[in-house]
Amino acid sequence: MFKAKHFEKIRTLAVILISLLLTFVIIAFVSDNPLYTIAVFLFEPISSVSHIGNVVEMAIPLMFTGLSVVLLFRTNMFNLGAEGIFYFAGIVASTIAIHVTMSAWFHPILAILAGAITGALLSAIPGILKAKWNVNELVTSLMFNSILFGIGLYFLNYKLRDPQAFANSSYKMQPSALLHNLIPGTRIHTGLILVIISIIVVHYFVYRTKWGYELRMTGSNRSFAEYSGINTTKVIIIVHLIAGFLAGMGGSVEVLGMYTRFQWTALPGYGLDGALVALLAKNNPLSVIGAALFLAYIRIGANQMSILSDVPSEMISIIQAVIILLISAEQFLKFWKTRMLLKEAGIRE
Amino acid sequence: MNNFMHLLFSTDFAFSVLRVMTPILFAALGALISNKAGIVNIGLEGTMLVAALTGVITSAYSGSAWVGLLCAVLSGVIIAALLGFFTLKFKTHIILGGIAVNMFASGGTVFILYLVSGDKGASTSLKSGVLPNLHIPLIQDIPVLGPILSGHNVLTYVSLVAVAGLYYLLAKTPLGLQIRAVGENPKAAQSVGVKVNRIQFISLLISGFFASLGGAYMSMGYLSLFTRDMTAGRGWIGIAAEAVGRSTTIGTFLSALLFGAADALANALQILKLPAELIGTTPYIVTVIALMVYAISESKKKKRKLTKAKLKETKSS
Repeated sequence: MFKAKHFEKIRTLAVILISLLLTFVIIAFVSDNPLYTIAVFLFEPISSVSHIGNVVEMAIPLMFTGLSVVLLFRTNMFNLGAEGIFYFAGIVASTIAIHVTMSAWFHPILAILAGAITGALLSAIPGILKAKWNVNELVTSLMFNSILFGIGLYFLNYKLRDPQAFANSSYKMQPSALLHNLIPGTRIHTGLILVIISIIVVHYFVYRTKWGYELRMTGSNRSFAEYSGINTTKVIIIVHLIAGFLAGMGGSVEVLGMYTRFQWTALPGYGLDGALVALLAKNNPLSVIGAALFLAYIRIGANQMSILSDVPSEMISIIQAVIILLISAEQFLKFWKTRMLLKEAGIRE
Repeated sequence: MNNFMHLLFSTDFAFSVLRVMTPILFAALGALISNKAGIVNIGLEGTMLVAALTGVITSAYSGSAWVGLLCAVLSGVIIAALLGFFTLKFKTHIILGGIAVNMFASGGTVFILYLVSGDKGASTSLKSGVLPNLHIPLIQDIPVLGPILSGHNVLTYVSLVAVAGLYYLLAKTPLGLQIRAVGENPKAAQSVGVKVNRIQFISLLISGFFASLGGAYMSMGYLSLFTRDMTAGRGWIGIAAEAVGRSTTIGTFLSALLFGAADALANALQILKLPAELIGTTPYIVTVIALMVYAISESKKKKRKLTKAKLKETKSS
């Protein structure tokens, strides 16, 4: 029944099952009414059209950052800079949405492009540092997250802030800049189309072009790629540009699609979640869709759980950590694969 | 501006450098010992956070700051042991394992804080303990040096002793030799009978030990409570300090001191009434610049070596 070649899929499923079981165990310990809480966690996200809408809405930014991180991980770059770029691109896009007046067609396009290009340029800095001088991209990208957040917050508080608004939020963005609603009854916006197109383009790029081949080669072994004539410095910088572009696009789309004012006073966290999406998707661009939907599903479940029951939604980060540990554990369930292989080869243990 | 210069050259400023350096130094030492064994522990930030919370909760319930410190250290070592178990036994990628630890810590601490205190932001409702400050008898009477060196939290002194201790461990003990051998070349070490996995596991435990001391300092010395994400990147800055310090104990200490000074400078700059959002980025900017300078000089050195080797080749042929 189980074939060894499906092993990776089976293992991913097993990890998800284990993490769900762990969720139930934690809920059982914490909640006064565990069965009700578990039911809320599992079924509330699909209980109504608007909740299903919530899942899809949350999956859109996760797909953007997940796709961005897939490209970086594929090149063996541990860069978590999508977080800061996502935030800062949101600032850039909302600045254009507030201060520039344009026709309804070009306004969002300009705002998204500006956010995405800012993202690409910002992402290129750790990329160039890594490619040229081998500066640890993980540390620089995380430092950049804090730097971009500080600068972004400064812009929000000193330049964009609406003194008449109650909270720390910007002036209202012009309606012409906001993204259109796709499905009535939900807040799903045209960003969904944009992200699906991006995923298909990236998939084509990675598997069907010479550049994609160079990218994958650099990722599996940079020295070998260098010896076989690939300019790995160039590859790494280009990958960072594209990844930053995608993360920046994600931030801009999220702001224009979901809000009427810019109001993030903390990093929204989608960048780090992108790493989790990339892992769940096994660094495969098309699988990002399913991975992002899954993550959004358990997120919405956890949110509903914290509203309707006594378990706080932060529980989900424990589950996420377990998923990362197990998904990336090469040896986990390896014995099972060996057994399957032996069986298929007709060897009895 | 005058005020600012005055502050910069005061003993208070030098005192605050040591004060803010402590958690960075602990994290840097944690990064150093694990890197020496060839296993990059990037879970330091999360380990610190978990230890900070554990210290606050256990000291509040036991009524003793020392019990809190002990439990904080224990929690850090357990996290490191879990990370070691997954990376060495299950072959989880060490970077991803570290990311998992950090993700667990940033949400998990809020989760546990909420369960214990009913608050998601800070542990204000818990009466947690604070580790004492030490006034050192003779040193505190020396002019200038006295007010700088005396009166620090006990963990600040521990961090300085830890530098010496780690130096001794790495340079003079059999374990230190094994750790360095494993880090240099695990296969060669294995061939002479060193148990690579075990040495790496021990290094990870020590690394978690240092990180947890840094975490305990954050919530029971630097501040007297736990707040959400209170480590604010200090674990990462520690990792950068280790790299800039060229993986030597003394270098790591000096660069941690430099980052501490940058941090203290950011605090001092606040009296100039510049926007706090921008000033808050100073330590991170300094970190990036220091890493850059280090890496550029390093790659230049490599190039010089390569060209020298080439010159020799052409001469001999």
